[in-house]
Amino acid sequence: MGQITLQDVQKSFGPVHIIKGADLDIADGSFVVFVGPSGCGKTTLLRLIAGLEDVSGGKILIDGKNVVDTPPAKRGLSMVFQSYALYPHMSVRGNIGFGLKMAGLPKDEINRKVEAAAATLNLSPYLDRKPRELSGGQRQRVAIGRAIVREPKAFLFDEPLSNLDAALRVQMRIEVTRLQKQLGTTAIYVTHDQVEAMTMADKIVVLNGGKIEQYGSPLELYERPANLFVAGFIGSPKMNFVTGESALQRGAATIGVRPEHLKIEREGAGGWQGTISVAEHLGSDTFLYVDAGPLGMLTARYIGELSLHAGDRVSLVPDPARIHRFDDGGNALRG
Amino acid sequence: MARIATRQRVVISTIGAWLFGFLIFFPILWMVLASFKTELEAFAIPPSFLFFHWTTENYATVQERSDYFHHAMNSVIIAGGSTLIALLIAIPAAWSMAFSPTKRTKDILLWMLSTKMMPPVGVLVPIYLIYKTVGLLDSRIGLVFILCLGNLPIVIWMLFTYFKEIPRDILEAARMDGATIGRELVYVLTPMAIPGLASTLLLNLILAWNEAFWTLNLSTSNAAPLTTFIASYSSPEGLFWAKLSAASTLAIAPILVLGWFSQKQLVRGLTFGAVK
Repeated sequence: MGQITLQDVQKSFGPVHIIKGADLDIADGSFVVFVGPSGCGKTTLLRLIAGLEDVSGGKILIDGKNVVDTPPAKRGLSMVFQSYALYPHMSVRGNIGFGLKMAGLPKDEINRKVEAAAATLNLSPYLDRKPRELSGGQRQRVAIGRAIVREPKAFLFDEPLSNLDAALRVQMRIEVTRLQKQLGTTAIYVTHDQVEAMTMADKIVVLNGGKIEQYGSPLELYERPANLFVAGFIGSPKMNFVTGESALQRGAATIGVRPEHLKIEREGAGGWQGTISVAEHLGSDTFLYVDAGPLGMLTARYIGELSLHAGDRVSLVPDPARIHRFDDGGNALRG
Repeated sequence: MARIATRQRVVISTIGAWLFGFLIFFPILWMVLASFKTELEAFAIPPSFLFFHWTTENYATVQERSDYFHHAMNSVIIAGGSTLIALLIAIPAAWSMAFSPTKRTKDILLWMLSTKMMPPVGVLVPIYLIYKTVGLLDSRIGLVFILCLGNLPIVIWMLFTYFKEIPRDILEAARMDGATIGRELVYVLTPMAIPGLASTLLLNLILAWNEAFWTLNLSTSNAAPLTTFIASYSSPEGLFWAKLSAASTLAIAPILVLGWFSQKQLVRGLTFGAVK
């Protein structure tokens, strides 16, 4: 079991409030991603759950039991660090088996479990090597091995892929997701990369300035962002925001349209007029950055190749069903 | 062309480096050579470099006149004892400052170092009087105590900078893995800190071994280490270069051997954290 509940969890360092009251329900076996810009408190929140930091207020329940006064080791969680944090003087075998050794398991049982974990992660040939003799990806695998071998209630991942190169990151992303589904263990994963969040998560927690802005499935966040921050943070390229006349007509202070929901038409076809300042041709997609005068810069995405270039005049027509409306306070208006 | 220039440069700088190294080592070499000369030859001008009458007489005289082994044993006890006690105090101090620093940690470190800026002679009289009153003059315990205190700031600084380099994540990983503080120390921290501990120990041992101010002022015979043993050849009956050299050679031999075998550790310890 690995059900984690946060109730009004707070954390301050001196007068600075890092986490301003977080409430969260993480179902057993789910993959939850904390995402947000740097300094939003996502790593702090993870460390509070791990027990590496003490809460300033509130409760953390793991399977219904309040653990705020329980030391990290007794919470039954395991963590994968951004820097991998492998023990440099121990072999891969020693690293993976360290937790089991601390738990006082007999040697042959440790060996059996370590070898099983190594086999899952394709690490069997490297068991007797030291971390410095491994590549970045292999080190990452050892760190994951160390986490899974203890059969914890939940895995905590602190930006584990940020030190890997782009290709390896995509590969490890898929592996981590597959592994988590296969083991069925609850996972909390911290990242600032919204693509990672969208692709890996069952549910995403968007954090900003120490507050949870929205908690929901990736598509919920994409389709029904609760406020301007979530709308701007989720989705790539960023959502376009328009204020003024166009927004007022639709009864909102601000309206938002994603680049993929702007239809690109010849000039004069209605919608918003503008001049292309940059056109990016990726083959699979075409991104147009359009200077729309008083509306500011708008981004439009076209699936496929579109032979338009900088300087061309275009009309951008928003899909009426896909316009997001926000009030003065930046909160989404529904209906 | 460029390659030849580079090779020339390598040759020149190699020769330069050897010359410089020889220059630094020369006083020690000269001392060792002088210890094998007769008193007359040791004074001779122009001096003879290698072609003189080699004799071990000085060593015999020195051992006969003042018991070398007694002083050497004192040196071992004083240097070793003060180093071990300093480490026992410094390790927990440096741990706590490196791993749970407070706002004042930097100030405390600087304050500790500031005690090294005071010339020891400034406190000689009060320390001497205190030692006299409590009966610590010419005692090994007294010297262990004063050398330990004298070197403690440097030991704490060295260990602090060393521990600082150990990534926090690794300690936290051990904590997540269920290690108690004691086991974290035994299985993770100490193995990772061994090079730092070793170089600190060695450096402190050398500093304490060669310390001459306090040992000369606070001991006469009973607790007198090798520094006092050397000093005894420099005045009473005039200067005896050859015997003084023999005494000095004997005095530095143990630490020289130790330093030779541990130079890798020493260099690593002294330059740790400098590059990275």
